[in-house]
Amino acid sequence: MRFDIEYKTIENVAGPLVVVGKVGNAQYNEIVRIRLPSGEERLGQVLDTSTTNAVVQVFGPTEGINVNKTSVSFLGETFRVGVSEDMLGRVFDGQGRPRDGGASIASEEKRDINGAPINPVARQYPSDFIETGISSIDGLDTLVRGQKLPIFSSSGLPHNQLVAQITRQANVKGSNEAFAVVFAGIGITYDDYTYFTNEFRKTGALKRAVAFINLADDPSIERIITPRLALTTAEFLAYEKGMHVLVILNDMTNYAEALRELSSAREEVPGRRGYPGYMYTDLASIYERAGIIKGKKGSITQLNVVTMPSDDVTHPIPDLTGYITEGQIFLSRELVNKDIYPPIQPLGSLSRLMGNGIGEGKTRADHRGVSDQLYGLYAKAQDAKNLSAIVGAEALSESDRRYLKFGEDFENKFLRQGFHERRSIEETLSIGWELLSEVPETELTRVKREFIEKYYGKGKKPEKAK
Amino acid sequence: MGSIERISGPLVIAEGMTGSKMYDVVKVGEAGLIGEIIQLRKERAVVQVYEDTTGIKPGEPVVSTDAPLSVELGPGLLGMIYDGIQRPLESIEKKSGSFIGRGIVANALDRKKKWKFVPEAGIKKGSMVHHGTILGHVQETDTLKHYIMVPKGVEGKLTMIKSGSFTIEEKIAEAEHKGKKYPIAMMQKRSVRTPSPFKRKFRAEELLVTGQRIIDTLFPVAKGGSAAVPGPFGAGKTVVSHQLAKYSDSDIVVYIGCGERGNEMTEILVEFPHLEDPKTGKPLMERTVLIANTSNMPVAAREASIYTGITIAEYFRDMGYNVSIMADSTSRWAEAMREISARLEEMPGEEGYPAYLPKRLAEYYERGGKIESFGGRTGSVTIVGAVSPPGGDLSEPVSQGTLRVVKTFWSLDAALASSRHFPSINWLTSYSLYVPDLEEWYIKNIGEDFISNRNEVMKILQKEAELKDIVQLVGAEALPDIERVVLEIGRILREDFLRQSAFDKADAYTSIKKQAFMLSTILHFRKRAEEGIARGMPVDMISKMKVLSGISRMKEVEEDAVAKTGEKLAHEIDSEFAAALKAYSSGAQTEEAKAR
Repeated sequence: MRFDIEYKTIENVAGPLVVVGKVGNAQYNEIVRIRLPSGEERLGQVLDTSTTNAVVQVFGPTEGINVNKTSVSFLGETFRVGVSEDMLGRVFDGQGRPRDGGASIASEEKRDINGAPINPVARQYPSDFIETGISSIDGLDTLVRGQKLPIFSSSGLPHNQLVAQITRQANVKGSNEAFAVVFAGIGITYDDYTYFTNEFRKTGALKRAVAFINLADDPSIERIITPRLALTTAEFLAYEKGMHVLVILNDMTNYAEALRELSSAREEVPGRRGYPGYMYTDLASIYERAGIIKGKKGSITQLNVVTMPSDDVTHPIPDLTGYITEGQIFLSRELVNKDIYPPIQPLGSLSRLMGNGIGEGKTRADHRGVSDQLYGLYAKAQDAKNLSAIVGAEALSESDRRYLKFGEDFENKFLRQGFHERRSIEETLSIGWELLSEVPETELTRVKREFIEKYYGKGKKPEKAK
Repeated sequence: MGSIERISGPLVIAEGMTGSKMYDVVKVGEAGLIGEIIQLRKERAVVQVYEDTTGIKPGEPVVSTDAPLSVELGPGLLGMIYDGIQRPLESIEKKSGSFIGRGIVANALDRKKKWKFVPEAGIKKGSMVHHGTILGHVQETDTLKHYIMVPKGVEGKLTMIKSGSFTIEEKIAEAEHKGKKYPIAMMQKRSVRTPSPFKRKFRAEELLVTGQRIIDTLFPVAKGGSAAVPGPFGAGKTVVSHQLAKYSDSDIVVYIGCGERGNEMTEILVEFPHLEDPKTGKPLMERTVLIANTSNMPVAAREASIYTGITIAEYFRDMGYNVSIMADSTSRWAEAMREISARLEEMPGEEGYPAYLPKRLAEYYERGGKIESFGGRTGSVTIVGAVSPPGGDLSEPVSQGTLRVVKTFWSLDAALASSRHFPSINWLTSYSLYVPDLEEWYIKNIGEDFISNRNEVMKILQKEAELKDIVQLVGAEALPDIERVVLEIGRILREDFLRQSAFDKADAYTSIKKQAFMLSTILHFRKRAEEGIARGMPVDMISKMKVLSGISRMKEVEEDAVAKTGEKLAHEIDSEFAAALKAYSSGAQTEEAKAR
């Protein structure tokens, strides 16, 4: 068997790459085992293979690898992970080995971590409303089961709290179906890691959660596989065990940086800001694994954290992410400075799958109109605010002053919400109507007449803003 | 037969490929993955593989099929969803389940199904035929005749022609020329990388009615024309593309999901069978062909998907149909080219894209147009390409290369999108060079005043933008009433005409007749408002008028009630202004009297 052969023909080592000579028949993408002189073993993957040699990417440091005493064997298979329902409640490292001190998992099945693209014909179009209990998400950028919705954040913003709150509160109206959380910590700090485990423990979510943790000081190349392990496990739980899985990939910026590191080690032609030209396709191979498959009970919903370097949404990582995902939740430093939690800025946020998840029978018939109208008025409030910064509040027209007031009320009553406050969609919409009722009826051009008649001015009067 | 020497991602180098030609299709490895030769170096061939190359190793065989990448054309195309190299996704699902497997061989068209072939009048034994001659047709759907044309390279005198039910491979006719016999079946194959020839090309002078107000009225595209939709993510490129696929008055729509989201293709598959074709009232799916290479499907097939789509579009065009092709997004196609080019270690051009990118873009858009086919039919291909510029910055190569060749530019604007103004086409930066060519069409089909109304609207919007800049500095109060009324009219145009909801049943499609009515009503209001101002009426009085709510609800008016509502609104405008003027002048008189 070819797998018994141990090659001691390493020709050169550079960064995370090792070139093994005299191989001649290594499979593209196959996994290799590298045995160091110390007896330690590491895994790697074939990135380029020819009749003369194979280029191997090592998952882990290349420290200690030398050219004549290290041996390499080719395993003849792609990177596979053993999956099992017993993984629920467990914590693994970035390569899938237990890190909670527990026993290793007796796997029910081994799966290729790269997965395979879902056939668009086999997909079921996502349409189940997930009530997160957060007004700005439920009301304006509704999350739908099977969606991939990243959180565009920046350093110093409370994305971890938001993720924890959504994980605690999210449910599908009137359902008692099995759910699970798969959490991939990609290059996160120990502090963030313990924050999540504590939060999950407090709410009891830990029993239903599987975590793969690659910490900030773990090998960066491992970050290439961590999200794939998480998604492979999620696919097993969703499509074989019928669970509704919420996958949290935190933080995809660290992933993309690992990808860049690998690309530069391979001496590839760099694209924007040094990221490889194929980053779009690579990110898609992760994000596109969200979804629902016809005839299968479970689903995969992705909630990924992307921290935007220097708050820049046009940076390649958030930019390419936004082109693949089905919208984004945009966190704003300005709202944080106003002490508004959750600091979700509606004007940068979007949920592309909202249309199919809301409306009569799902949320409420007036949902679309209320949402569009709140958006429209809040955008006008921003214009009025910019104007008042130049000409002064005194010089504003009556209507601009009204918009300004609407903007403040909207931020304080609709956006602002407690970390432990869970609002039903009805509560969210009635707060919306309270705000709309302060605006002259003639300006509500985005809401249908019948809903204005039904809801306008019917709720309690909002209190005076402080 | 050759063997693999090296594998790097989607690129395979094969040795011993003596005799193979550029762009020949090859089967790679024991799995038989489909690839295409894109470079030849002596007996070495560089192959781009349309499937994931995982698990393939050096030494495995590479077999040439000795034919270029081609598509199968014939009855059965409509309503299909294909991958980038025309394998039906439904067949792939049957063979490999919910996830896409590799090395799957599947015919693009059903070989077993029988279609009823009816020869054209006048085509009989002894008729002279040549490339493009229409031999007959199959009634493929209730409303669409699928014409059977003589394929390229066949000419001569018909020695036989049958009528009746046949499969697409059975012989339905035979031509003879200089002793050589050419059997003809309903299916033909065309190489995707070669534009299919035609007799002559025309200028595009007929409006492609899309039912989208800002497009049809302000920035139209002609049948046989081309348009680009660039915009940052979230600005609504896909929604615009979908709206055109749904509501444009095309006979056939080819929709290419090129490197985009899987759920978007699913959305079309779920929606289209239930939506009505605005022209025929039949399910929309019956006029649609879908090509899907989602962002996680192999990148080389993405490069091919565009060519697969346009070749199918040309085929229907040759029958005399008006075909629209939407590619969402051409940037992913360009990126696929870039990825392949980088692996070939070609010297990169701008931003790593190959130096031949602008040429490829131009070649693609030039495959559109209105033509007369060899069969004597007039047909057209309208190309709409979505572009996804990184960070929304249009100075990048794909946007620039595209703008140099298309004549309509719908500029999507992130700020409009974030305030939920959809379609977020910016009216100041977008343009259409078809307006002069379409003038005659507008006059004939809508009326004399439509173009002047359109130009008036453009002027108002331009003026409004200038005034807004001033307002940003000094506030609206500082403007004279005659200018504040422009702001008011601008607002009405933006909110009640340009904004259009794709999700609202009544609003998603507006007939061109209704668009004209909406425009003239708004302009009528403007005329009265300016008269009022001239007679001293304050602008606040105008912006509080009751009739404005009627104007803002024009979009909800049913198509058949348009004329009646138009008259009613015009009357209401007149009477409200008359009453206001009376009230105002008597009020002014009393104040004057008091002062006295």
